[in-house]
Amino acid sequence: MVNSAPILDTQAVRRTLRRLAHEIVEANQGVDDLVLLGIQRGGAAIAQRIANDIEEIEGTRPGVGSLDVTLHRDDLDRRHPTPQPSTLPDIDGKVVVLVDDVLMTGRTIRAALDALNDFGRPRIVRLAVLVDRGHRELPIRADIVGKNIPTAHEDNVRVLLQEEDGRDAVIVLPGRMES
Amino acid sequence: MTSTASVPTTEDGRRAGGAWNHQHVLDLDDFTVEEIESVLHLADRMREVLDRRIARMPALRGYTVVNLFYEPSTRTRVSFELAGKVLGADVISVTANTSSVVKGESLIDTVRTLRAMRADAIVMRHSIAGAPYLAATNTDASIINAGDGAHAHPTQALLDLYTIKSRLGSIAGKRVVMIGDISHSRVARSDMWGLAAMGAEVVLCGPPTLLPRGLRAQDRPPHAEAALPHVTIETDIDRAIEGADVVMALRLQSERQQGGLLPSIREYAQLYQVTEKRLAKAKPDHVLMHPGPKNEGIEIAGSVAAGQHSIIEEQVTNGVAIRMALLYLLSGRTDLPTDGEGRA
Repeated sequence: MVNSAPILDTQAVRRTLRRLAHEIVEANQGVDDLVLLGIQRGGAAIAQRIANDIEEIEGTRPGVGSLDVTLHRDDLDRRHPTPQPSTLPDIDGKVVVLVDDVLMTGRTIRAALDALNDFGRPRIVRLAVLVDRGHRELPIRADIVGKNIPTAHEDNVRVLLQEEDGRDAVIVLPGRMES
Repeated sequence: MTSTASVPTTEDGRRAGGAWNHQHVLDLDDFTVEEIESVLHLADRMREVLDRRIARMPALRGYTVVNLFYEPSTRTRVSFELAGKVLGADVISVTANTSSVVKGESLIDTVRTLRAMRADAIVMRHSIAGAPYLAATNTDASIINAGDGAHAHPTQALLDLYTIKSRLGSIAGKRVVMIGDISHSRVARSDMWGLAAMGAEVVLCGPPTLLPRGLRAQDRPPHAEAALPHVTIETDIDRAIEGADVVMALRLQSERQQGGLLPSIREYAQLYQVTEKRLAKAKPDHVLMHPGPKNEGIEIAGSVAAGQHSIIEEQVTNGVAIRMALLYLLSGRTDLPTDGEGRA
């Protein structure tokens, strides 16, 4: 099922993440007070990747961490996944950029905004995603988007990453591939 | 009712918390190693949540936990209350002397009444062994045994396992010595099952009158030999403690003396109190545990309870994390198909 032609291939993922890094630094006018928080599980590796890019571009590494939102979800009666670890640097007064792989309903981001409150009070919170596939259920939008991909509601968007899957790619699997 | 529940599954097919197939938590004797490990793994995550600046989340919103305590308890009851509240559950505590129990309402009636008011989980402590089993067969709420007579205290055992694992890195192969009134201790009984399942070498130590007959080497039945191969009995405290990784003192209930099982509390303290001198025979990096409440000066010396090897307070904190993990697992409901949000 991973044989479908990727929407983004390895090179495209690399370039897109690089552009996200530039846009984040540009919006923040530098690296000062910048903290990238990857949302578990898909966003954590992407946040690290973008932090590496920013370090190459600016010579300074931003704060980077991961945030698990499982226990803050509002749809837990349907799904009960195991929470992943959250590892956060100090976020009080910082500019926090939430990083996720795919933005769809917006419920993950709503939960992430709640979860952030457990750890402190950032000055600004922004959202950067690799893929925005539409179908929002909440009034949430991303500040920085890698690629907008029009999808059917029942499509499945897979982001493969070198760290976990052995290669980088974004794939759209049509229809309901999982029961 | 059987003890099977729908197994919660995540969108990528991993089961929540690994293997989990319990509607109730009655004792550890029906837990597989994988189930114990999945609870410990989840407790690790819950411990991290608990250490946050603000530990309040809505995961169990709409889930109702009733603490039904027919025996006094501070730490277990408060621990369940906190665990439920951290995860956003509604928690109500009922103690028997203020409830209809004094009016003669039967246990089954009480449990059914609580369920009729939509209690999702009932945490029960009762002086009669087996009471939670009776409750579990008469309701479809989840029953959690918070101590039944001298029988079992599974959540204490899980928090002990978790505390040992987080302190010593592993449980398998560790020499764990439990000292005191083994016969009447539900903690010892549940700990023994859990520790044996996880591959620890368990030593039970106490005066002969307070040791379970069935576990003495000479009259141990074959099934006990098969189920508990690494459990041994030792009446000499110095020999028991020698080389121990974990020393666990158990509370001595003063009524044991009235029952004629002990000549005097003073003599017991002389022979079986866990003291600094006796702990010198344990491994240099041993840890000291006690399920509480402690009688300092009887089963444990005050200086030892507050000493550098003591992890008694850590047990208490970990107890909240374990109970969060259990409530989270028990509240898992049927999984519906993925909403397709990538790895979301």
